[in-house]
Amino acid sequence: MTGELGQLALCFALALSLVMAVSGLMGTRAGDVAARRIASGSAMGLFVFVALAFGTLTYAFVTSDFSIIDVANNSHTTKPLIYKISGVWGNHEGSMLLWVLVLSVYAALVASLGRGGERLTSGALGIQGLLAAAFLLFIIFTSNPFLRLDPAPFEGAGLNPLLQDPGLAMHPPMLYAGYVGLSASFAYAAAALLVGEGGWARAARPFMLIAWIALTCGIALGSWWAYYELGWGGFWFWDPVENASLMPWLIATALLHSALATEKSGAFRTWTLLLAIAGFSMSLIGTFLVRSGVLSSVHAFASDPTRGFFIMVLIALAIGGALALFAWRAPSLQGGAAFEPQSRETMLLLNNVFLVAACACVFVGTLYPLVLDAINGTKISVGPPYFALTFAPIFFALLLLVPLGPQLNWKRGDLKAAWRSLYPALGLAGIAAMSVLALVSPRSVAAICAFAVAGWLIGASILDIRKRKGARASAFAAALAHAGLGVTLMGVAGTTLWRSEAITVLAPGQTMQVGPYTLRFDGVTRVRGPNYIADRGHIAVMSGGGVGAMLLPEHRFYPAEGQDMNDTAIHTTGLRDLYLALGDDRGQGRFALRAYVSPLAPLIWLGGLVMALGGMLSLWGRLRVREAEPKPAAPAMAQAAE
Amino acid sequence: MKALIALLLMMVPALAAPVADTFSNPAMEARARNLQRQLRCLVCQGESIDESGSPFADDVRHLVRQQIADGRSDQQIEDFLVARYGDFILMKPPLQSDTWLLWLAPFLVLAAGGTVAWITVKKASRRTA
Repeated sequence: MTGELGQLALCFALALSLVMAVSGLMGTRAGDVAARRIASGSAMGLFVFVALAFGTLTYAFVTSDFSIIDVANNSHTTKPLIYKISGVWGNHEGSMLLWVLVLSVYAALVASLGRGGERLTSGALGIQGLLAAAFLLFIIFTSNPFLRLDPAPFEGAGLNPLLQDPGLAMHPPMLYAGYVGLSASFAYAAAALLVGEGGWARAARPFMLIAWIALTCGIALGSWWAYYELGWGGFWFWDPVENASLMPWLIATALLHSALATEKSGAFRTWTLLLAIAGFSMSLIGTFLVRSGVLSSVHAFASDPTRGFFIMVLIALAIGGALALFAWRAPSLQGGAAFEPQSRETMLLLNNVFLVAACACVFVGTLYPLVLDAINGTKISVGPPYFALTFAPIFFALLLLVPLGPQLNWKRGDLKAAWRSLYPALGLAGIAAMSVLALVSPRSVAAICAFAVAGWLIGASILDIRKRKGARASAFAAALAHAGLGVTLMGVAGTTLWRSEAITVLAPGQTMQVGPYTLRFDGVTRVRGPNYIADRGHIAVMSGGGVGAMLLPEHRFYPAEGQDMNDTAIHTTGLRDLYLALGDDRGQGRFALRAYVSPLAPLIWLGGLVMALGGMLSLWGRLRVREAEPKPAAPAMAQAAE
Repeated sequence: MKALIALLLMMVPALAAPVADTFSNPAMEARARNLQRQLRCLVCQGESIDESGSPFADDVRHLVRQQIADGRSDQQIEDFLVARYGDFILMKPPLQSDTWLLWLAPFLVLAAGGTVAWITVKKASRRTA
């Protein structure tokens, strides 16, 4: 029954999304209150039915109902419960359902929290309805997770062991919350174009923030997973799938800054609209890249060309439609703010120029090989060296400018005064550079520059926080997010420039040296996990003649999936990681052992967390302001909640 | 891609990076490692020759080291490998007639953005007067 229930729920959801689209768009006409009520009601209904479908699929996975193809192909009875659940989105069909679930959550949020004029909210719901309808059609016709299998197999095929990991269980929902979250800004922007209303940036801001926070956390989680799971000690590979998540983040970051200017001083009205459209377009392109199979990757579970084609048409319609709407309506919105060259507006504009250029870099680097291959069959690789020569300098230039922005006033600022007030930060940058110069050898210009800029960013943030002492919490959001950039920069620089590694074949009792550590190999034991068998290496980290810590890297074999996997062991001091991966059996108890020492590695993700915290502070401030707002907003909310 | 790399990596029993095959001369070893990092493993795609555990990567590592030992320059070794395997083996795409756009695009966007920003600021400051 469960499969049919899910199927039915999807069909109801499709019907409701169509109702939502039509009534939402009708509600943009002045005075059509009934249409607006229907739109927000159907947004709630959409959420309920998609959640029901998703719950049904989850139930099928948890109970190992192998009469459903999707479950039979991607689950196994011996999997731990958490991976049965995460298996729901560890495959193409389920992950598309998650996509729509997140979309419907945002639709329900817009319907219940939506403000900034009822016509605007209604239009946004209409656009969200269109998107939901398109993706539901895609699911029902090309990626239906509820298709049956007869006869049902006795056992499922299992889930790729790489995906059986707590970090990766959380990574897709987090990333989708960000990806799809940009649909809310997109919907508001399109609605603003339809209605011709300027207040959209304020109304959409909470959704921009939620999406940005989720993207930041999702990318950090993905990078952390790659670090400890893949066994190479790397944290970012410039892999097309990673790039697909980085592009929306860069645009979302630009959007957050540009929308601030639009809201505070009315500047960059049309540009902010375009960015909102571009942000979600990047999410769609990312979805296409990952889901269509144009990239050969485990992420691309779908290698079915009809799906790729369907998604491509969908993207073309969404992006093309939005851009056409923009070209048609944006000229009528042209306001044109007044500000002086030395002002926060100018700094935000520069922020946008650099972020968009950085995004262009990732975009070109990711798609150029595909396009070139399609045009003349030439195969080139665009690897890390390309991004080191293009992305890195552009982003570095941006980081240099970051501290100046918050020091300048809106409309009319004083660059000289701002510069002077930043002297202490400059001092911190100097101290950071000098300490790197004095403490670390061999000397490297890159390290000195990176730490100087990190000091500059963090110093400026401290100044900013001191200046705002006593203000409400959300005033510190920008300072925190900018400091996070500095923290991540230190982690990236430390790991990239100062990593040491050793690869040695060891017999039990032998020792090896990596960086400052002496490691003693105490042999390997055979252990059984819930759904794997592993060789567990016992490695003692020696300190002062005794054993400081025991590390237990594993080499696992998953019989259900017939795959091997590394489980790395990481010993961290918070400022330095010792990273071990157990290699293959070389006979007579000898094993290859790969050891890395990555200075400052934890800072990479700590910085991401600090950035996300900054975003949360800002969001919290927004939601509190909303509560404190005067009554006039209340009728709209009451109406929307129906 | 990461996952694929790791998958492929697991299928081959050998551990990546040669264990025995190292130069005792640190300068030569550094050159070899550096070159290996600039080359892409054609079998596992996302990974460099330095990291990959595939038999192909093993072969290329031996080739690189052999040629270094023979006294050939980095450029000669790269040219040799490109002639043999095509541009795809280079992690850093070469600058040529069909890739100049790839290399210039980010900076073109930066320049265009900068110009638009400059005009926008000019206009905005004229309005303040």
